[in-house]
Amino acid sequence: MSTRIAARTIALGYLALLIALPVGLVVWRTFEHGLAPVWTTMTQPDALHAFWLTVMIVLITVPLNTLFGVLCALALVRHHFPGKSILNAIIDLPVAISPVVVGLALFIVYGRRGWFGDWLLAHGMRVLFAVPGMILATIFVSLPFVVREVVPVLREIGTEQEQAAQTLGATPLQIFWRVTLPSIRAGVTYGVVLTTARALGEFGAVSIVSGRLSGQTETLTLYVQERFEQFDLTGAYTASLVLALLALATVVGMNTFKSKGAA
Amino acid sequence: MALRSASALRGHLLTRGLITGYLSLIVLIPLAAVAGRSFQDGWGTYWATITDAEALAALEFSLLSSLVVVAIDAVVGTLIAWVLVRDSFRGKELVNSLIDLPFALPTIVAGLTLLTLYGPTSPVGINVAYTRAGVGLALLFVTLPFVVRAVQPVLLALDREAEEAAASLGASRSATFRRIVLPALLPAILSGVGLGFARAIGEFGSVVLISGNIPFQTEVASVHIFGRIESDDVTGAAAISVVLLLLSLLVLVLINAFTRWRTRHEH
Amino acid sequence: MAIAVHHISKRFGGFTALDDVSLDVPAGSLTALLGPSGSGKSTLLRVIAGLEQPDTGEVLILEEPATRLAPQQRGVGFVFQHYAAFKHMTVWENVAFGLKIRKRPKQEIRERVQHLLALVQLQGMAERYPAQLSGGQRQRMALARALAVEPKVLLLDEPFGALDARVREELRAWLRRLHDEVQVTTILVTHDQEEAMEVADTIVVMNQGRIEQTGTPRDLYEHPANPFVMGFIGQVNKFGESFIRPHDVVIHPRYDGALEEATIERLLYLGFEVRVDLVLADGQRLWAQVTREEAERLELQQGQRVGLDLSRRRGFVMVNDLRPPAAGPVWDADHSAAGRGLA
Repeated sequence: MSTRIAARTIALGYLALLIALPVGLVVWRTFEHGLAPVWTTMTQPDALHAFWLTVMIVLITVPLNTLFGVLCALALVRHHFPGKSILNAIIDLPVAISPVVVGLALFIVYGRRGWFGDWLLAHGMRVLFAVPGMILATIFVSLPFVVREVVPVLREIGTEQEQAAQTLGATPLQIFWRVTLPSIRAGVTYGVVLTTARALGEFGAVSIVSGRLSGQTETLTLYVQERFEQFDLTGAYTASLVLALLALATVVGMNTFKSKGAA
Repeated sequence: MALRSASALRGHLLTRGLITGYLSLIVLIPLAAVAGRSFQDGWGTYWATITDAEALAALEFSLLSSLVVVAIDAVVGTLIAWVLVRDSFRGKELVNSLIDLPFALPTIVAGLTLLTLYGPTSPVGINVAYTRAGVGLALLFVTLPFVVRAVQPVLLALDREAEEAAASLGASRSATFRRIVLPALLPAILSGVGLGFARAIGEFGSVVLISGNIPFQTEVASVHIFGRIESDDVTGAAAISVVLLLLSLLVLVLINAFTRWRTRHEH
Repeated sequence: MAIAVHHISKRFGGFTALDDVSLDVPAGSLTALLGPSGSGKSTLLRVIAGLEQPDTGEVLILEEPATRLAPQQRGVGFVFQHYAAFKHMTVWENVAFGLKIRKRPKQEIRERVQHLLALVQLQGMAERYPAQLSGGQRQRMALARALAVEPKVLLLDEPFGALDARVREELRAWLRRLHDEVQVTTILVTHDQEEAMEVADTIVVMNQGRIEQTGTPRDLYEHPANPFVMGFIGQVNKFGESFIRPHDVVIHPRYDGALEEATIERLLYLGFEVRVDLVLADGQRLWAQVTREEAERLELQQGQRVGLDLSRRRGFVMVNDLRPPAAGPVWDADHSAAGRGLA
């Protein structure tokens, strides 16, 4: 029995030292000087802009990756075509690539003298140092999550419900909308939660492609760094807290849907 | 089972076209651009770049620190998974949720958080800022969930009867763990290690604040690449990125191969 | 003919599922496709439904060619072994699905669904989800769902296979009554010969992708065309080159020259019937089935030497092919489950 207590102590101690205490301290430090400075910081124009920019990027990234994720999962599970394993590998790539490399890649493609950069600039479309680039970076890093969560659910459900719908007269589109999509709801939701968390937290890649122009191309994560570098710890902590709360909401979401979604 | 109707076939092709287009635009073309750019000035320059002293130091440091960190993760992660699955105590659900925090928390916030408790303004006087230990700490934070979450489901599904049989045959608890449980967990642990390694070696946001990015000491590869981009040496940045990519992929391939070898071996 | 299939063949890679199968199903009948696993019965059903495409041959539904039609266009109702319930819809929504797809008016849908739920005795369950129903209830829902769109033919793929024995029995009887009431042409796939015998007007016995024999339950039992059919429908003993049913083995208390000599190895009292395990002089084993009264009248005992009248045995002339029987039904009296015609 003492092994059990020892194991528990080590495990909980490790978690406390690594995660719980640091996070607790940040919360404490944020409100150390009361609510007022926190409120002032949060309502700074730069802070507000960072917040809304982050929200906007997430609102574009997540639906796109969700749509892609569902279609891709369907293709992987239900269709037969050569190169399926290559497709699988490519989808898993974004998780294994450093965010800095992602930013670099976009920088090369869309920068001056880049593959697309010149053509796009000539047509008045700014990708780098502008929001489109940041969206592309965020899409890249949060790409795999919906696919990876939907694939096992699709596999487990099998095709019988869809076959039944066929015999009842439903067209392929009707089947997709009324039978397939609702049946993978849990997997999709969990995937969306993970995608959102990743998109909210993206830092390295957007740091490179955004140019970090305060008030224009700064997301909330970049804002945290900027405040830190300006020795405005309260500002940094406040923005961190907002992000941490969003992270917390995500964790809650993860655990709610994990128990339901884990088929 | 597949419908042979023309409209279904068109639907399949359309889907595949959309997927390929999306992936190409988002992932493939950018990565190809990195590879292409890295060799833009020829193999000679490429080699010189990646063997440049500072670059080598950064790569070495990233590699070593990642290996050390995932080794620690393998042990502690398994322990934590064990406690979460086999033990019961008040607040276990909360602790279980805590594991997801590093997944969900933005890396820059993670770095700031660790810096607060273990940096210059630490209330307990521990200061690992600007040290290699600080980098290690940050990497431990972000890689924590990988092994834990990989091992938990396997542990949950484990057939207790094998352990009970071992006990009835006289095996001590540690022998049972070593000979019965651990082998069953090994693929999951390795999978978590592989994913953790790929994450650690490219980690940026959590490291950039705490390490101080001192060349030859606390500079990791991702920060070095970042620096090269800022000083407009995009080709050099690409060259080093390619090495980083290959390292991640190598580890993933090795682990994949080992897992497959083991499953074949077992049957 | 409600359904006709002509020369249907289907291979899956190296495996021949259907080998030149032709069949006519009369309108309004309840036909069973009976056979062991791998016999092709499910494949044939799915070909008829359009869920599989045959390599050769054609399918006609109500005299119209249907081979190239998608399942949606064939007007078939299909019931799956594992229900294929729409898990995210209520029972009501499941049954109404086909009607909603066809954009029927709300009033019509409501009346029809209510009628069907009453027909399958699930009136109170309309707002439940499939997960809250028992297996038997789910299958009744699946039937109601299939019947909702008034299919030309109802296809049931081992519908009771996933259910408990008792529920299976109840649903068998219930299906027969339902069929009598609704009168839609029905084809039922099953591996259970008891089920086929109880429920169907006509049984089509299949084995290794071919039809062995078609006929009424009585025909098949009394006049099997080959050893496979004989063994699959009802019990059978193998005696040398011929076959005899256990209840056709007549036991005489005393051995005399004209009869086969045998010793009673074991007596098993199974309620109404008594199973008599017998060993012949040359070591062959048979079992006989007698009623309790007969056993008492003959004063049968273990170890007793008796004479057997095996005149009611039959032999078969294998004309075209000497295909060995499929793995499963066995002719000798070793009491395996296979001996009962269950593969």
